[in-house]
Amino acid sequence: MFKPFNKTRFMAQAEVSIKPTEDQGGHGHPDKWKWYDYFTFNVDHKVIGIQYLVTSFLFYLVGGFMAVLMRTELATPDSDFLSPELYNAFLTNHGTIMIFLWIVPAAIGGFGNFLIPLMIGARDMAFPKLNAIAFWLNPPAGALLAASFFFGGGAQSGWTSYPPLSEITANLPQTLWCLALIMVGTSSILGSVNFLVTIWKMRVPSMKWDQMPLFCWAMVATSILALFATPVLAAAMVLLLFDINFGTSFFKPDAGGNVVVYQHLFWFYSHPAVYLMILPIFGIMSEVIPVHARKPIFGYKAIAYSSLTICLVGLFVWVHHMFTSGTAPWMRIFFTISTLIVAVPTGVKIFSWVATLWGGKIRYTTAMLFAVGLLSMFVFGGLSGVTLGAAPFDIHVHDTYYVVGHFHYVLFGGSVFGIYSGVYHWFPKITGRMLNETLGKVHFVLTFIGTILTFTPMHQLGMQGMPRRVAMYDPQFADLNQLVTVGAYILAVSVIPFYFNVLWSWRSGKEAGPNPWNALTMEWTTDSPPIIENWEVLPVLTHGPYEYGMDKAVQVGPAGEPTEATQV
Amino acid sequence: MQGAIDSTTAAAANGHAVEAHEEHQDLRVLGLITFLASEFLMFAGFFAVFLVFRGSNAEWPPKETEVELLLPAVNTLILVSSSWVINLGTKAIKKNDLAGMRKWFGITVAMGAVFLVGQVYEYMNLGYGLRTNLFSNCFYLTTGFHGAHVFIGLVLILGVLWRSRRADHYSSLAHTGPEMAEIYWHFVDVVWIVLFSLIYLLTLIK
Ligand code: HEM
Ligand SMILES: [Cu+2]
Repeated sequence: MFKPFNKTRFMAQAEVSIKPTEDQGGHGHPDKWKWYDYFTFNVDHKVIGIQYLVTSFLFYLVGGFMAVLMRTELATPDSDFLSPELYNAFLTNHGTIMIFLWIVPAAIGGFGNFLIPLMIGARDMAFPKLNAIAFWLNPPAGALLAASFFFGGGAQSGWTSYPPLSEITANLPQTLWCLALIMVGTSSILGSVNFLVTIWKMRVPSMKWDQMPLFCWAMVATSILALFATPVLAAAMVLLLFDINFGTSFFKPDAGGNVVVYQHLFWFYSHPAVYLMILPIFGIMSEVIPVHARKPIFGYKAIAYSSLTICLVGLFVWVHHMFTSGTAPWMRIFFTISTLIVAVPTGVKIFSWVATLWGGKIRYTTAMLFAVGLLSMFVFGGLSGVTLGAAPFDIHVHDTYYVVGHFHYVLFGGSVFGIYSGVYHWFPKITGRMLNETLGKVHFVLTFIGTILTFTPMHQLGMQGMPRRVAMYDPQFADLNQLVTVGAYILAVSVIPFYFNVLWSWRSGKEAGPNPWNALTMEWTTDSPPIIENWEVLPVLTHGPYEYGMDKAVQVGPAGEPTEATQV
Repeated sequence: MQGAIDSTTAAAANGHAVEAHEEHQDLRVLGLITFLASEFLMFAGFFAVFLVFRGSNAEWPPKETEVELLLPAVNTLILVSSSWVINLGTKAIKKNDLAGMRKWFGITVAMGAVFLVGQVYEYMNLGYGLRTNLFSNCFYLTTGFHGAHVFIGLVLILGVLWRSRRADHYSSLAHTGPEMAEIYWHFVDVVWIVLFSLIYLLTLIK
C-alpha cells in the first residue's frame, strides 16, 4: 500500500508553533502523488476526492447523453427515434446515474473528501481505508448499470422503481439495478461515518464548533441524513430483490403484499436524498459567496443550524411524494404542513446569502456567477416545491411534467450549478492552476440560458396535463416540447467549454499559488495542490472563517510568514 | 486486515493529538457505533414492514405457518447471556488477563454457534419455507438477515481470538479490537431482542 512516510511522525509536532523553523520541517518534504496513483486504491483523502469528482463528471456525460437522446425522441409527438423500451431504459438510467453516480458522489464524495480535512486542519479523514473502499464501490455500481443494458436492455421502471412495474418488467436488469443501488448506498453510509467522526474529532484544537466553515456544518447534516435514511433504501432494495428473484410477495398485491409499503420505504430514503443532494451545495454556497463578495457571511449560526433543522424536518416529509397513493386525509394534512415547514430553514439560508451579497464588493468570477445563478434558480424551484407540497395542488399535477420541471430546477439549477461553482472556486486548490475565466463565462451564460429554456416550459406542459415518463405525447404539446429540446441541446453544448477548460487548464492553466481568491478558510493556507499530508505543521486558527473586511485578519501562509489576507 | 488496522490507528493517533487528555478515545469505536446506528435502521425497515403486514392481515401468522416458541426462547436466553459473557472477556483484557479474555471469547463463540445451529434446526422443522406466504416471507427474511449478522459477529470474535495468539497483541492499553467485537455482539443481541418480541412474542397476543 501507499505509505510514503510515517503519519504519526508528524503528529508529534502538531500545533507546535505558528512559524515552523527549518528543523521542524526537517523531515523532508513528502513527494507529490504521481498521475497513476489516482487510478489505484489510494487512501489519501485528496486523491479520493479527486477520484470521486472525476468519476462523477464522467457519469455526468453518460447521463447527459441519455438525456439528449430522450429529448431528441420528444422533439416530435410520435415514438420515432428510440424504441419505447429503450426510451424507458434511458429514462431509468438517466435518473439513476444523475442522482447516484453524479450529484451524490460529486457533491458529497468529491467536495466532502477533498475539503473537509483541509478545512478543519486534519491530515486525513478518520478512516482512510474505509474511505477508499467507499469510493471503489462506485465504479462497479456503474458497471452493473451498464451491464443491465447488455443483459436484457436496461431496467424499465424509472429511478423510483415502483412495484408492480419493477417486478414484472426486465427482471435481470432490475436485479442489477437493485444491486447497484445497494452498492452506492453502502458507499454513502461508509462515507458518512467517516465525515461525522472526522468533523467531530479531528478538528485542530484551536477550532471550536462555531468556527468551523459552514461547508462542514452542511456535511454534518448531510451525513446524519445519509446515515438514517440510506439503510431504509437498502431494506427496500433487498425486499424488491427477493420479490423478483426468490418468490416472496412483499409487494405483490395478489399474494397479500402491498405496493404502497415499497413507496414508503423508498421515499423515506429518497426525500432525504434530495437534501443529500442540496445540503452540500448549500455548504458550497456559504463558502463561495463571502469570499467573492468580500464580506463576512450573514447569520453564521442561522445557516449552520438551519442545515440541522432541514436534516431533522426532512426526515418527516416523505409522504408528499405519495399524496395520490391512496393516502389517508390526515396524512395529507400532516405531510403538507411538514413539507411547508422545510421551506422555512431553506428560506433562512437564501436570505442570509442575499444579505451577505448586500453591500459587498462583489467579484464577478465564474464561481460567483454560478452561485448567484443558483440563488435565482433555486428560489424558483423551491417555490414550485412549495406548490407541490400543498396536497390539493399536487393531486392535479402529480406525475406530470410540472414535477419534472420542479425537480430539475432544484437539481440542475441548484445542485449542478453549485457543483460548477465549487469547481471554479476550488479548482486552483485541487490542481494548482486557475481555470480560464473567459471560457468559464461562456460556460455560465450557455448553462443559464439552457436551463431556463429547458426546464421552465415543463411547468406549463405539466399544468396542461402532459404526463411524465412517456416517449410519445399528444400533438397539442409539440411546440413547448420543441422549445425544451432546443434548451436541452444548448445545455449539451454548454458542457463543451467546461470540459475543455478543465482539461486544458489542468495542464497549462495559470499557476494559482496557495490562495488566489484571498480566502480565509484553512484549505487556503497550504500549497496548491496541497502536499501529501496537507501541512508541514498543522495551522493554528487565528481568526474566524469569514472575517473579510476586518483589518486584523492576518493569515498564516504556507511557509509560516503572515500574509495580508484581506483586501478591502 | 492487518493493514486496515494500521492505517486507521494512524488516523486515530491524529484524534489523540486533538483530544490528548481523553483516555482511550479511539475513533474506531466511535465509527463502529455510528455505523451500527445506521445498520439498525435497516432492521427497522424490515420490522416496520412486518408490523404493517401484521396490522393489515386478519390472521397473522396464518394458521399453517405458526411459529415455534420453545426453541427460540432457549436460543434467546443463550444469545442474551452470551452478551454478558463477552463482556467478561473485555473486562479481563482491560486487566491484562489475556487467558481470561480468550476463555470468555471462546465461550461466546460456542454460544453464538449454538444459536445459529438452533436457528437452522428451527428452520428445518417448521414445515414451511420462505415462499409459503407473506408471513413466512417476513419471518425468513428477518431472521435470516439477523442470522447473517450473528455469523459476521462470530467471524469478528474469531478474528480477535486469532490475533490474540500473540501474547502482546492485546493488553490493558490496547484492546480496541475486542471492544469492537463486543459492541458488535451487543448490537446483534439488541436486534434479536426486538426481533424476538415482534415475530415470536407478539403472536401470543391475538
Ligand atoms: C422548498 C423545498 C422543496 C419542496 C417543498 C419540495 C416539494 C416536492 C414535492 C411535494 C414533490 C412531489 C411532487 C409529486 O411527485 O407530485 C417533489 C418532487 C421532487 N423533488 Fe422537491 N421539493 C423541494 C426541494 C427539492 C430539492 C432541493 C430537491 C433536490 C435537490 C428536490 C427534488 C425533487 C425530486 C427529484 C422530485 C421528484 C421525485 C420523483 O417523483 O421522481 N426537491 N418535491
Ligand atoms: Cu420530497
